[in-house]
Amino acid sequence: MFSKILIANRGEIACRIIKTAKKLGIATVAVYSEADRDALHVDMADEAVLIGPAAAAQSYLVVDKIIEAAKETGAEAIHPGYGFLSENAEFAKALQKAGIAFIGPNPHAIEAMGDKIESKKLAAEADVSTVPGYLGVIEDAEEAMKIAEEIGYPVMIKASAGGGGKGMRIAYSKKEVEEGFDASRSEAKSSFGDDRVFIEKFVEEPRHIEIQVLGDKHGNVIHLAERECSVQRRNQKVLEEAPSPFLDEETRAAMGQQAVELAKAVDYDSAGTVEFIVDKDKNFYFLEMNTRLQVEHPVTELVTGIDLVEAMIKSAAGEKLGMEQSDLKLNGSAIEARVYAEDPTRNFLPSTGRLVHFKPPEVGTDENGVTVRLDTGVEEGGEISIYYDPMIAKLITHAPTRIEAIDAMGKALDAFVIDGFRHNIPFLAALMRHPRWRSGDISTKFIAEEFPEGFVPSTPDGEERDVFIAVAAAIDHLSNKRRRSITQQMLGEPVCFAVERVVELGGASEKVTVSPGSEGSLVVALTGEGKGRKMHLVSNWWFGDTVWHGTIDGREVFVQTRAILNGYALTYQGIEVLTRVYTDREAELMALMPIKEPPDTSKMLLCPMPGMVVSLAVEEGQAVQAGDTLCIVEAMKMENVLRAERDGVVTSILAEPGDSLNVDAVIMEFE
Amino acid sequence: MKEVLEELEVRREKARAGGGAKRIDAQHNRGKLTARERLALLLDDGSFEEFDMYVEHRCTDFGMQDSKVPGDGVVTGWGTINGRVVYVFAKDFTVFGGSLSETHARKMTKIQDMALQNRVPIIGLFDAGGARIQEGVAALGGYGEVFLRNVRASGVIPQISVIMGPCAGGDVYSPAMTDFIFMVRDTSYMFVTGPDVVKTVTKEEVTAEELGGASVHTTKSSIADGAYDNDVEMLLQMRRFMDFLPASNLSGVPALPTEDRWDRLDHSLDTLIPNNPNMPYDMKELILKVIDEGDFFEIQESFAKNIVTGFGRLDGRTIGIVANQPMVLAGVLDSDASRKAARFVRFCDCFNIPLVTFVDVPGFLPGTDQEYGGLIKHGAKLLFAFSEATVPKVTVITRKAYGGAYDVMSSKHIGADVNYAWPSAEIAVMGSKGAAEILYRSELGDPEKIKERTDEYERRFANPFVAAERGYIDEVIMPHSTRPRIARALRMLANKQAETPWKKHNNLPL
Repeated sequence: MFSKILIANRGEIACRIIKTAKKLGIATVAVYSEADRDALHVDMADEAVLIGPAAAAQSYLVVDKIIEAAKETGAEAIHPGYGFLSENAEFAKALQKAGIAFIGPNPHAIEAMGDKIESKKLAAEADVSTVPGYLGVIEDAEEAMKIAEEIGYPVMIKASAGGGGKGMRIAYSKKEVEEGFDASRSEAKSSFGDDRVFIEKFVEEPRHIEIQVLGDKHGNVIHLAERECSVQRRNQKVLEEAPSPFLDEETRAAMGQQAVELAKAVDYDSAGTVEFIVDKDKNFYFLEMNTRLQVEHPVTELVTGIDLVEAMIKSAAGEKLGMEQSDLKLNGSAIEARVYAEDPTRNFLPSTGRLVHFKPPEVGTDENGVTVRLDTGVEEGGEISIYYDPMIAKLITHAPTRIEAIDAMGKALDAFVIDGFRHNIPFLAALMRHPRWRSGDISTKFIAEEFPEGFVPSTPDGEERDVFIAVAAAIDHLSNKRRRSITQQMLGEPVCFAVERVVELGGASEKVTVSPGSEGSLVVALTGEGKGRKMHLVSNWWFGDTVWHGTIDGREVFVQTRAILNGYALTYQGIEVLTRVYTDREAELMALMPIKEPPDTSKMLLCPMPGMVVSLAVEEGQAVQAGDTLCIVEAMKMENVLRAERDGVVTSILAEPGDSLNVDAVIMEFE
Repeated sequence: MKEVLEELEVRREKARAGGGAKRIDAQHNRGKLTARERLALLLDDGSFEEFDMYVEHRCTDFGMQDSKVPGDGVVTGWGTINGRVVYVFAKDFTVFGGSLSETHARKMTKIQDMALQNRVPIIGLFDAGGARIQEGVAALGGYGEVFLRNVRASGVIPQISVIMGPCAGGDVYSPAMTDFIFMVRDTSYMFVTGPDVVKTVTKEEVTAEELGGASVHTTKSSIADGAYDNDVEMLLQMRRFMDFLPASNLSGVPALPTEDRWDRLDHSLDTLIPNNPNMPYDMKELILKVIDEGDFFEIQESFAKNIVTGFGRLDGRTIGIVANQPMVLAGVLDSDASRKAARFVRFCDCFNIPLVTFVDVPGFLPGTDQEYGGLIKHGAKLLFAFSEATVPKVTVITRKAYGGAYDVMSSKHIGADVNYAWPSAEIAVMGSKGAAEILYRSELGDPEKIKERTDEYERRFANPFVAAERGYIDEVIMPHSTRPRIARALRMLANKQAETPWKKHNNLPL
């Protein structure tokens, strides 16, 4: 076994690998770029070596610098994590030459699987099913129809030179092939100047399901069952789970068997993943093999109880796999949600900045066998920089059943406080409530189908709404009680306040009374017409806490709280609601107040991120066309060009070069 | 006897009706509440006791003898806010437009006298069109009496003015002499002379909003200390604001029970200062993480944003916070920032509110604009204010403290009690590059040599230890321990007694 390893990566995966190394008693060396000086992985490792500037191409991707760092510190092996150099055969070879062990597969396996055509060929040789199709040039519609008959409908006709859906047709019958072939060809011609097209099987309601394999240097390979990663947004995985709710035992075994055969064909000797696409009839087809540790490996670890990083290190050290295929036991269900720094309400625009607040949910296993795990590379006060992946953390839950794991995820997301920039927790929380996701009826098109207009947070109703009302009323009650115990009060009069309150939330209101219950609990009673519900609340929340953690009628609830003017913004299940609690009189008089419409921002250029104005490209009175450059804003050392969204005339400019602007600051207004 | 009791009820009823249902509706239609509705929101339920409800004017000119309304355009009295006594007056726009008559003024001065004598804050709700023209000089005399009492009470009891309607003339000068002015957006205006007079005299066409709306007075003139969207929002915020203020200059600060531990550490502050010295960071994050519960009542939030002023609490007790804001103009001191902070410091000193100062200041803003505008005198105001303040003063230097601005920002030399610095502090005459360029002018042509000199200067001075070696800094502290450090320092200073030589008053560079 190694006594010291170097981790050629950063962020959560570097931290993840260090944890296992520590468990095994192996010393760790981190490498870091100038942008990662204060990063968590640098803190966690026993030693750390600076390897260059922020840009990955000058640091994390430079083979020589990493080998030098390993030599300098005496590291015997290098774990590459995922991304960066993890699937770079040259790197693996360079390590071999330098006498440093690579914690990953042999270079030959990386090379063979890294090549799309080569890997498909190998797959076919190993009797792994691939998507049926005809890759040669098709002369005419006649031939196309013949090929389509052989493959079986539906088929997809695709431009050889194509991309982005141009020159693509789906055909369910001979007739559609005939029509589609010519249309596809002429479209390919006009789009790409190349009219070659090919035909392959069209996979209906495709699901992304992958098999984890594990091998050693002694020819043993087993599989650790599957992960399903169908919930994707533009090919970026959002949720992953194990096991797949779709597979039956037979399909699982067949896929596992094929994955192992493929791995054996390349003498695979580490952890790797064989990706398949599975259609609605459980036909599966090989896509590609990833010769590295996957981002979503924790779900496999939780259902199999196997530490994959540990297995990789042991295999690299020449140890034999400690188990056989028949030893594999799957236990419960695990879900992983990727928390990204991106604004779900603004078409998932990446966001960067300082983690002003970062308070993750409590991790560990509870008495019901529910586990919450957090893999992250940041802490409060850290930073999500523009240089690397915007993933902040992976939140993983594991429970005896899938639905319990989903509910545990929902709760953990409720309790997860991140502030300083936009993130996708509201979107993830909405997914946890989505009936299609809960039922397991998903495909890779799930997000595109269910959120065609992007993500719009819903308004709460029913039980959720009652939670908002109860928590708002409880906080207000605590505030009233506390404020009335201020010093310097006039003597002789008890200071009391009305227990009848009106909770206003998102334009609607609800009458409540708040009274003390037994053992420090509060009773919030809905007193509006037709209502009568009484909720018993228990919580230790105090002003300044970011999460109201407590129980409502015995049910554990996490609600995020943020003070706003005369009220609180509460976030529960991904929905943020502004709440204000008034006395009857206050509510009555509030109703007399004019409603002030927020300014119409459609005719304004707003600053999309905090930054400094570098230059303005237009003047007041100037006519601009959609797409014209209006202004350049520098944020995080990056210049962002802001362009006109539509034609118009600049009426006023409200910022000048050198100004520091906040998000949504008005830069200029249009006619 | 019964008849007499009934008579009282009838008279009360009549007085409470103010200008009548029609005028009340008109007031509501303007998006404004009536004087009595406003007081009901400002004060604890049922705590308001009205004085002088039956007072009527005594004017007989211009047919005024036929038009009398009990109360005469202002509602006065006292009540409590969270159990603490306050005196209040609220102009009643429904009665003679809230205009001031001799008797109206008398009602106000009675309340002012009581507030001063009993050492209790006074809050005025303004919604008034100035002097009652029918009364002429009698009304002017009335204003004078109000002004005099404003000045007498200044520094003895907090005086708060809330502008909730169009105010001109005397009704802006009385607020101008109080401690704080808050305005309701879109429905309140303040000007000495209104748009009509402006047009007659200067031919300038300007709307009331452009001349004296809340946005003008919170961002341009700095007359107002804050603004809110409507009457209800405003009055609820005034209740919150009063929880921070002492009752008088003798009462000490109020304390609000809290469960936010005084010794709470915040490790995220260790990375607040960016590695690049030219990168800004948000000083408000530090303020919010240090004070109790992150509850910060900012004063003049929209004006001279390069300095932040406001009230918070530590150990449940009110403190005043002054902090340079690196996010705006690099936190430089200019005329506006100096004036803003000076006034805030003097308020805190008047009322025994301890001062906590966070420093990251690159110096004073250079340029003709500033110099012609009197930067010397305005900067001196802040220097003067910090120097004369005898309340407990704790200073934390987070990063830059350069040049004269270092002295100004509550340094040891001008009487701060406890001066802390973070390890990232740089206390120097100026930035290293500038210093090297002056010290080694002859080497200016050689960028490499200058770079070397700059590094040398940086090594020597860009740290807190040169100052700490001289005792100008009492201790270099870890950023994460800032809250417990300040909290303990203030506990230690709780009984501070600072003597100043007898004087009639000082001569602040106005």
